[in-house]
Amino acid sequence: MSAAKSNLERLPRGVQVALWLGLLALVAFPFVGTEFYTQMVTRMMILAIFAMSLDLLQGVTGMVSLGHAAYFGLAGYVLAFVMPQSEAISLWWSLPLAVLASGLAALVIGFFVVRTHGIYFIMVTMAFAQMVFFLFFDNRALGGSDGLYIYFKPTVALGSVTLLDLDNKVTLYYVTLVLLLAVYVFLRRLLWSPFGRALAGIRVNEHRMRAMGFGTFGYKLSAFALAGALAGLAGYLWGVNTGYINPELMGFHMSAHAIMMVILGGMGNFAGAIVGAFTFEYVLHLFKDLPYVGQVHLGKHWQLWMGSFIVLVVMFAPRGVLGIVQAVTSWRKTEPRNDG
Amino acid sequence: MADVLLQASGLTKRFGGLAAVDNVSIDLMRDHIHAVIGPNGAGKSTLTNLLSGDLPPTSGRVVIGKQDVTGWAPERIARQGLGRSYQKTNIFLPFSVWDNVFLAAQSRDPQQPWNPLRWLRPAARSAGARQRCSAAIEMAGLQERRDAIAATISHGEQRQLEIAMTLATEPQVLLLDEPLAGMGVAEAERMVALLLRIKKDHAILLVEHDMDAVFTLADSLTVMVNGQVIASGTPDAVRGDATVQAAYLGEEH
Repeated sequence: MSAAKSNLERLPRGVQVALWLGLLALVAFPFVGTEFYTQMVTRMMILAIFAMSLDLLQGVTGMVSLGHAAYFGLAGYVLAFVMPQSEAISLWWSLPLAVLASGLAALVIGFFVVRTHGIYFIMVTMAFAQMVFFLFFDNRALGGSDGLYIYFKPTVALGSVTLLDLDNKVTLYYVTLVLLLAVYVFLRRLLWSPFGRALAGIRVNEHRMRAMGFGTFGYKLSAFALAGALAGLAGYLWGVNTGYINPELMGFHMSAHAIMMVILGGMGNFAGAIVGAFTFEYVLHLFKDLPYVGQVHLGKHWQLWMGSFIVLVVMFAPRGVLGIVQAVTSWRKTEPRNDG
Repeated sequence: MADVLLQASGLTKRFGGLAAVDNVSIDLMRDHIHAVIGPNGAGKSTLTNLLSGDLPPTSGRVVIGKQDVTGWAPERIARQGLGRSYQKTNIFLPFSVWDNVFLAAQSRDPQQPWNPLRWLRPAARSAGARQRCSAAIEMAGLQERRDAIAATISHGEQRQLEIAMTLATEPQVLLLDEPLAGMGVAEAERMVALLLRIKKDHAILLVEHDMDAVFTLADSLTVMVNGQVIASGTPDAVRGDATVQAAYLGEEH
């Protein structure tokens, strides 16, 4: 991953139009989709939030974390721990608590890992995530390898008036959509803020940033903690959506999938992370449904197809799906391409 | 008398048994260009790195203004009022000229990366940074290239951009490591004119191989060989020094 690469930060008109159409499709989907598919798209949106949180590190700051799932899963566990078996608790305090726990864990772990660079950063983030994984995996008290059930959906009420019933799949769908949009708008603003500009500067040339007076450690640590907190938001929603939580959600595969989502969609602009998450999950769904050919169950070997798919995208569309959308929508203009 | 903005005394840097910089003392004064010359491997770049904090000295002291900054991290020293440019062009290649310099200018706003208020306001909204940025671009003569991507401008322009980025942090002390490296004659002349313009109000340390430029620009000179200072003084005095001629000038002229 070369440092001096330009990101598609400013979204071209064609991409913006495509995103608006995508948003319309998301708003309309529950009216046409079955409950099964509504729940599936809810999951895609949750993973899109997770992928965006990673993009803040991977695409914007140039820190490829191979342990980001730890903060995703942790928030789900917090929800499972605080949810009693007898009654539902409120979202108003359980959501901030879960997000805060993930952010705090990222702050503590980040304090050690953001000092490292490149391949070492990848290894150290993975090592810490594996520690968290096995802490939960090996401890009966923490649910062990089976994980924990979340017996109720959190309540969203004002006084005694129930505002939203998260047991309703469609309600949960729209709550997730609103949060997805909120996180996207927040991160897009952040991208152009002094903080976001400094993170982009760190990606391209951290040494020069320090020489100009930026305390890059503080920037990277803040980004790491914030990304952990946002991953926690996604993990909380995951727990609400599925009703249980297990160590796999903090595992290596989950972290690696998020990296692939960000690469697949196109890094550094958050829109790519959303598109990447949807594409990844959809293609995964297709590959897992592949039929038997003779004695060979193609669907069972989905990882093989997924790997090939990612390799092809990286080879032929280094800026991901968003880069393809950009190329397709601006094909008439004879703009010189400036790919890194 | 001119006021001393940076004072380095007895600076030494050892790598194992080798003293790359050996007991070097230098004063940098306002409105004054102090050149450091010497053959390759004399320790000029190491000296620059010791002053900027990129390397911690083995012994010796660096004082900026009245503040002892020995052993400080580069970003702290930078905020204390020291700016440096690099021998090898060290810029943000994928960014536009404006964005390169703006980032430098932004470094003088309060930083507070943990403050959520700094996550939401657009960076371009900072009037102070905008003003510092356009002033530096104008001083470096890059107004017409401000929207060009840094990777696409000429080598000479990239060197000007280096200087503009350094100026945008509004430093008092400037360390310029071979600003003329790899430049053609016309480009070099433009750079010499630029350096004379920014000499006002700054204390400048100039590391340079181009002897014509050095003798045009420098108010005083230090000659280094093998990490040690073998002569120091006004350009005329150094030019007449027999040791210098034997050790250095004689080889190239």
